[in-house]
Amino acid sequence: MFKRFMQLRLRDLVILAVILFSLPAFLDNPFHYELATQMAIIAATVVGLNLLVGYAGQVSLGHAGFFGLGAYFSAIMTGSYGWSALPALLVGAILVGVIAWIVGRPILRLKGHYLSMATLAVGFIIAIIINNETGLTGGPDGIPVAPFDLFGWELSPFGSYSLLGVELSGSQAWYLFSALVLLLAVWLAQNLIDSQIGRALRSVHGSEVAARVVGVNTAKYKSLVFVISAIYASVMGSLYAHFQGFITPAVAGFDFSIVLITMVVLGGMGSTMGVILGAVVLKLLPQLLADFQELEAVMFGLILMLTMIFMPKGLLPTLQRSIGRRLKKKAEGQA
Amino acid sequence: MTALIEVRGLDKAFGGVHAVEGVSFSVQAGQVYSVIGPNGAGKTTLFNLISGIYTPTRGEIRLNGENTARLAPNQLAERGMCRTFQQMQICMNMSAIENVMLGRHLKLRSNLFATLFRLPSQLRDEAFCRERAAELMTFVGCGDYLEHEASAMSYGALKRLEIARALAAEPKVILLDEPAAGLNATETAQLEALIRKIADQGTTVLLVEHDMKLVMGISDRLLVLNYGRVLAEGTPAEIRENPDVIAAYLGG
Amino acid sequence: MFAEFLQYLFTGITIGATYALIALGFTLIYNASHVINFAQGEFLMIGGMATVSFMAMGMPMLLAIILAVVLAGILGILLQRLAIAPAKQADVVTLIIITIGASIFIRGLAQLVWGKDYHAMPNFSTDEPIRVFGAVLNSQSLWVLGIGAVLVVALVLFFTRTLIGKAILATSMNKDAARLVGIRTQMVLMLAFMVSALLGAIAGVVVAPITFTSYDIGIMLGLKGFVAAAIGGLGSGLGAVVGGLLLGIVEAMAAGYISSDYKDAVAFSMILVVLFFMPRGLFGAKVVERV
Repeated sequence: MFKRFMQLRLRDLVILAVILFSLPAFLDNPFHYELATQMAIIAATVVGLNLLVGYAGQVSLGHAGFFGLGAYFSAIMTGSYGWSALPALLVGAILVGVIAWIVGRPILRLKGHYLSMATLAVGFIIAIIINNETGLTGGPDGIPVAPFDLFGWELSPFGSYSLLGVELSGSQAWYLFSALVLLLAVWLAQNLIDSQIGRALRSVHGSEVAARVVGVNTAKYKSLVFVISAIYASVMGSLYAHFQGFITPAVAGFDFSIVLITMVVLGGMGSTMGVILGAVVLKLLPQLLADFQELEAVMFGLILMLTMIFMPKGLLPTLQRSIGRRLKKKAEGQA
Repeated sequence: MTALIEVRGLDKAFGGVHAVEGVSFSVQAGQVYSVIGPNGAGKTTLFNLISGIYTPTRGEIRLNGENTARLAPNQLAERGMCRTFQQMQICMNMSAIENVMLGRHLKLRSNLFATLFRLPSQLRDEAFCRERAAELMTFVGCGDYLEHEASAMSYGALKRLEIARALAAEPKVILLDEPAAGLNATETAQLEALIRKIADQGTTVLLVEHDMKLVMGISDRLLVLNYGRVLAEGTPAEIRENPDVIAAYLGG
Repeated sequence: MFAEFLQYLFTGITIGATYALIALGFTLIYNASHVINFAQGEFLMIGGMATVSFMAMGMPMLLAIILAVVLAGILGILLQRLAIAPAKQADVVTLIIITIGASIFIRGLAQLVWGKDYHAMPNFSTDEPIRVFGAVLNSQSLWVLGIGAVLVVALVLFFTRTLIGKAILATSMNKDAARLVGIRTQMVLMLAFMVSALLGAIAGVVVAPITFTSYDIGIMLGLKGFVAAAIGGLGSGLGAVVGGLLLGIVEAMAAGYISSDYKDAVAFSMILVVLFFMPRGLFGAKVVERV
């Protein structure tokens, strides 16, 4: 029974759903819900980034740029132009997809550190534009964002709602919404990976030359996954903006790009559940280290270094391997 | 009758060094055609030129009459050419069967929407692809590894897996670059049987190989390279008698 | 008109020389280990900040500088020994994250020791600026250029004339072959990190009187050095120098003639344009795919 379950295709999705929907039992104030919602949104972003970095093996050090574009597009269109949230989110995603396709074609020809450099440059340019076009974006001071609305129904962290007779606070409602979004993001990503397109993507990482001799147009697939991961970032950026109600250019900044890629590498490249864990850990760590006050940065840097040195494959793959090894030993012991 | 592969005056220079120089030959459909020669004779370079990994400095390569010298490997795959590598190119981030399924890339229609939402059409294609890949793994003798990760396979099994991947593309011509390198006598005998089976199915085989016994037993024709130039060309019997070849191989 | 141009050129060359030194540091480490060291900028910060604080203790400037540079060198060795060497099997991205972790760590320490304030450092010599055709040249700029030139010449001699330099080159070309001929490659890697740290620290010291210094200047300077190295072509010493100067000049011109808000955007656009036409930078090595 247990073994059958472990081989189930949607195993990870089921586990994730159970965790997400039982989590509220441990959350007891709006701040916890806020943190959990941010985690879910950022985790979904990282799931998209992992398609590019973990599966296709193409590094992006500028992904916050796409997150920021989505966030600002939603903020501006709903704020200054009176658009509804959903059309703003969708049009923003399409626009970001087109931008990613245009910049992706030339830069994805680059290899290794040159690709890192080029993505970093793209992210920086986006952040600089957001920072300086004060008339449109509010500049370094940031910009307020209207609450998320769907068909005239508004979702605000400060509202109160009732769902099937259960009373929900705004922050609880947002958490449930973000949990569903994360599940959808994971489901789509796994469907993609577990398909012909997914194999083509992974072969670009595994052996680009092997991919080409069996007919994979590697340039096309690199562009495709770059666009998909940019759209993930854009959509999540839009949601994040509505949830926060206020955004600054930091959402598009280099530091956030580094945070995103670190979540992928720390959690485990090429492991969807791993990168979600990476997002959770990296989001929680500063909260836990806050007690150390001025030592916070030192501790953070140290933990990051040590984890990567001793678990270069990332947290989850390393844990899974050691648990697997222990189970095997136990099984052998019984036999 | 036009040849399946026709190579004329092929040249490849790296800097000032000519790795392949003025090479011409032709391969008829259905043949097992082998390229032999000492280390550094330019065999692998020749393969890399034919399969589109390198572009030639001069000369032409025709596949079914079409000049393919400037085409990329994936374009050649679309025209029915597939290959294996001396330094195996296996995707270690995938399972064994997924590597073979990758070989059927061009046989599957990719539809992003159907893939993302796992529509029935997509699931049918996928199931058929998996079934076919499993058959091929059994065909090349990797049937024991259907459930394995590629990284958990032995060297000899990986070499066969790479052939299965190439066959999955259902190529008209398959290029095998030193398939017997690193194999023991039993494995080499199995490989010989496998190459025969492939050829019997009507697939043209182009082979680079060091193992003389294997090559002489299996080939319809041979091309002997030395220092990037053609030393001799002919049937195994002709090559065996050729004084230039004997001199080159015996170091005379 | 001309004076204005000249002014921007002076500014550009000065900051460009600093970028060139950082880029050389990147190049050294990249050549020896194929690691892109995101902590490179922290060596500059250590150079400047440590000099300032040693001088505040009453040390003469020269001694303070020497101690600060030595400190950075030790830090470079520690970085290689404690963070890079144990992670032999790691992916390229993983190594990047490790060096980012290291840079956060070093920055955190610096903030702990020196606080968050900006610190000024006096010019090496006179504060009196020099006037050339109506443009003003800070005397410290001459120090930056002079010391930069001396370091470049010293590096060239080091790599072509000394056994250690040749050992580093050999290791960068083929690690296994280098080990076979008896080069202790771990030692070489350590040296590369040390020399790179020394270079960074000296750059940090000479430029500090112009830019001021604080615990967090390393991030942006390090990135600019990476941009310069990539423009020039990773691994090429000449490329690092040309890339650094080019980046500095373009930035200064963009700030002067277009808008100082967009000077960084111009720099990052430049790298995209260069890589578009030359995917391995201006002087990067051409690599043939081997299968």
